[in-house]
Amino acid sequence: MGGLEGWRQAIAAETDGPYTPRFFTPEEWRFIEAACECLFPRDEVGPGARDLAVPRFIDRQMDTPWGRGALWYMMAPFEAGPPNLGYQLPLAPRDLYRTGIAGAERYCVKAHGKSFADLDTDTQVAVLTSFEKNPIDLDEGLPASLFFEQLLANTLEGAFSDPLYGGNRHLEGWVMLGFPGARADFMDWVDQYGPAYPLGSVAINGETAKGA
Amino acid sequence: MDILRADAVVVGSGWAGSILSKELREAGLSVIMLERGPDRSTAVEGAYPDSIDELRGAIRHRLYQDLSQTTVTIRNRMDQRALPYRSLGAFLPGEGVGGAGLHWSGVHFRVAPDDLALRSNVIARYGRKFVPEGMHLQDYGVTYEELEPFFDKAEKVFGTSGEPYRINGKIVGKGNVFSPSRSDAFPLPALKDVYTAYLFRGAAERVGYHPYSLPAANASGPYTNPYGAQMGPCNFCGYCSGYDCYMYSKASPNVNIQPALRQDAGFRLISRAHVLRVDLDSAKKHARGVTYLDLDTQREVKVEAALVILGAFQFHNVHLMLLSGIGRPYDAAKNEGVVGRNFVYQTITTSHAWMPQDRFTNQFIGTGGGGVAIDDFNSMNFDHGPHGFIGGSPVWVNQAGVKPIAASSFGGGKDAPRWGKGFKRAFADTYRHAFAIDAHGSNMAYRDAYLDLDPTWKDAYGQPLLRMTYDWHDNDIRMNRYVVSRIEPIMKELGATKYELGMLQPGQSFDTRVYKTTHLGGGAVMGDDPTTSALNRYLQSWDVPNVFVIGSNAFPQGMGYNPTGMVAALAYWAAHQIRTTYLKAPGPLVPS
Ligand SMILES: Cc1cc2nc3c(=O)[nH]c(=O)nc-3n(C[C@H](O)[C@H](O)[C@H](O)COP(=O)(O)OP(=O)(O)OC[C@H]3O[C@@H](n4cnc5c(N)ncnc54)[C@H](O)[C@@H]3O)c2cc1C
Ligand code: SF4
Repeated sequence: MGGLEGWRQAIAAETDGPYTPRFFTPEEWRFIEAACECLFPRDEVGPGARDLAVPRFIDRQMDTPWGRGALWYMMAPFEAGPPNLGYQLPLAPRDLYRTGIAGAERYCVKAHGKSFADLDTDTQVAVLTSFEKNPIDLDEGLPASLFFEQLLANTLEGAFSDPLYGGNRHLEGWVMLGFPGARADFMDWVDQYGPAYPLGSVAINGETAKGA
Repeated sequence: MDILRADAVVVGSGWAGSILSKELREAGLSVIMLERGPDRSTAVEGAYPDSIDELRGAIRHRLYQDLSQTTVTIRNRMDQRALPYRSLGAFLPGEGVGGAGLHWSGVHFRVAPDDLALRSNVIARYGRKFVPEGMHLQDYGVTYEELEPFFDKAEKVFGTSGEPYRINGKIVGKGNVFSPSRSDAFPLPALKDVYTAYLFRGAAERVGYHPYSLPAANASGPYTNPYGAQMGPCNFCGYCSGYDCYMYSKASPNVNIQPALRQDAGFRLISRAHVLRVDLDSAKKHARGVTYLDLDTQREVKVEAALVILGAFQFHNVHLMLLSGIGRPYDAAKNEGVVGRNFVYQTITTSHAWMPQDRFTNQFIGTGGGGVAIDDFNSMNFDHGPHGFIGGSPVWVNQAGVKPIAASSFGGGKDAPRWGKGFKRAFADTYRHAFAIDAHGSNMAYRDAYLDLDPTWKDAYGQPLLRMTYDWHDNDIRMNRYVVSRIEPIMKELGATKYELGMLQPGQSFDTRVYKTTHLGGGAVMGDDPTTSALNRYLQSWDVPNVFVIGSNAFPQGMGYNPTGMVAALAYWAAHQIRTTYLKAPGPLVPS
């Protein structure tokens, strides 16, 4: 089979098959999967981070210019300062993840005797809450709160970016919100005052959401 | 070293550089334009569907300055150590052909005439004592009447949509009652109101304010500009701020000016050319041209030219002046010197409203320049006497298209969970019912807010970074809080189920991590007095008269309006003076 349909099926196979992380080690991957799901859990509202392949999104982001820190000014010296003057660590995002996960795991083992992924949900929530609120260093001067914010931001990106990047599987993140995606043409809807926009979500590659 | 020659060299390919290049070509000068970023065109960068991508566009900043090569350092106070702006946050400078003009939003204002002589007006109305200690309040040295033909010209080039109020003194439409008289209508009628703009318009009117359609350089219909450039009607695609417009509807240097230049044999655009400095004679009174680094070959190239135009954007212009030794650098301790003085920004805060579940704001629909605003609390349009602050803010609904990644960090509002249990419910329940109202206000200049060279950090080319010393000041915080408090009656009238007012907090420091606006200003301001301005009223350097510095660097204080309409008018104004006076007898246009 060729043409658009063949392309769609090839993408679907990649989308739905098991995923082997390229950047994260198996131990890191267990942390990422569990932490993303804890930040963005499956519930009555819709799919969770795992359903949406958010961990896969983050893994792929690690191997982009952004993940390698190529979009940031990374020249020395690196000096600490007040938070409102912005990020000042010598760590590119991928190093920030590596350092952050190792520090988080050490914290979990010390405080709870287990790896993050093996904790029950309530304890996981408590751990992430303490990271969110806590400026203590996990390692190499990396504050837990900074690692937390990076993980949360990337989790939300993975849930709501175009499926092109490996997350938002089958556009289900967008469907949950009623966001039409890459339609980008509202000429006849500009002055319809009040009703819901009627058309379903589409992705850049032409994939449409179920029922759209 | 390689040497190129032209009558004029223009640094930067955004609106400022493109307008000057076109004007100088019309005057018969050969022009070389240097742009450090890549060449860019709407046919490539704007192509659908690839450009309809929030992650690549607004989140990973595809079209913005590459900070890995050069950035600035920032501190809040003079006694602090400034630190590098390592990743993009509070402001997003453009890079590449078209500059920020390729991916701006399109709100296209003129100026509130009172703002042009703010110092004189404030003192005339409230007395000298009204100006707080440490505030550098100044006049531009140019009047609205002088600039009017150039505002008109810029609107015709941009294909601006809007509703006039007064033309040649006669009231003609339902435009902004506070706006000055125009010589002509907008080239295109106002854009339609999206639902939230319509709600705002009605509510503002009912509480006694004076709503008007934002003037927008997003075409409400097909248009051909005086340079023969064609625009198609905007379809409110919602991928506007931060994106190249795939519909050819949003004015950009790339679509509206450069096609005419690129066909012209007397014009040459060189991209990936990072200008290192303006080359001056030993007395620092005359520029010989510029030196740039060819980023592909890593070789330095000299461009010799009789006329040098800096259009590299506000703070890059100041940086180049400081690196080159054009004019006297500002010394904050002594309060002397002018280059770097009066560095200003804007005070912007966003308030939120939520409509009932059966009313859909569909905030992903929108256009960057469209919306409805009020000017009742802008400029000198209200009595500042009882409040004791200077400045003001327009207030508006300007729905440029709110997409899910950006919306998710706000979720269901301040009190809703940011993650985990409850986050998704709150976000999913509100995303299609929420909307935003901004107070987009002025920011005054102060003795301790300025630009100079950083003593520690360098760019990839070995030159010192520019250092920003900047914080919010009490006058501007109080202005913002007052104006935002005046949004509350609108909120009550809208039929919202809930609202949150967003204000600056007393004593709050400027935070570089969160986007505010790229409307930076000042640092090389225009004026009548060479001891308080780097440029004369024609944006000509007082010290090196064959250098003109075009951009929002010329604003003595930050105004409530978006800057680009004013930058474009000043560009045409300066160009006109160069064409009609300077070229006949090169030298200072104003005696110093
Ligand atoms: C997201 C966003 C939305 C905006 N929306 C609006 C709006 O709605 N209304 C409004 O009025 N304004 C808006 N603005 C601001 C507007 O984009 C700018 O005011 C305007 O584009 C400035 O034009 P300019 O020509 O002065 O500078 P730029 O467009 O920044 O062009 C300067 C160029 O010079 C180049 N350059 C810099 N240094 C060097 C060097 N050393 N050597 C060679 N080249 C160099 C840069 O790479 C750049 O391409 C917005 C900005 C952003 C980022
Ligand atoms: S909203 Fe309109 S002007 Fe803006 S990018 Fe879309 S089509 Fe272009």
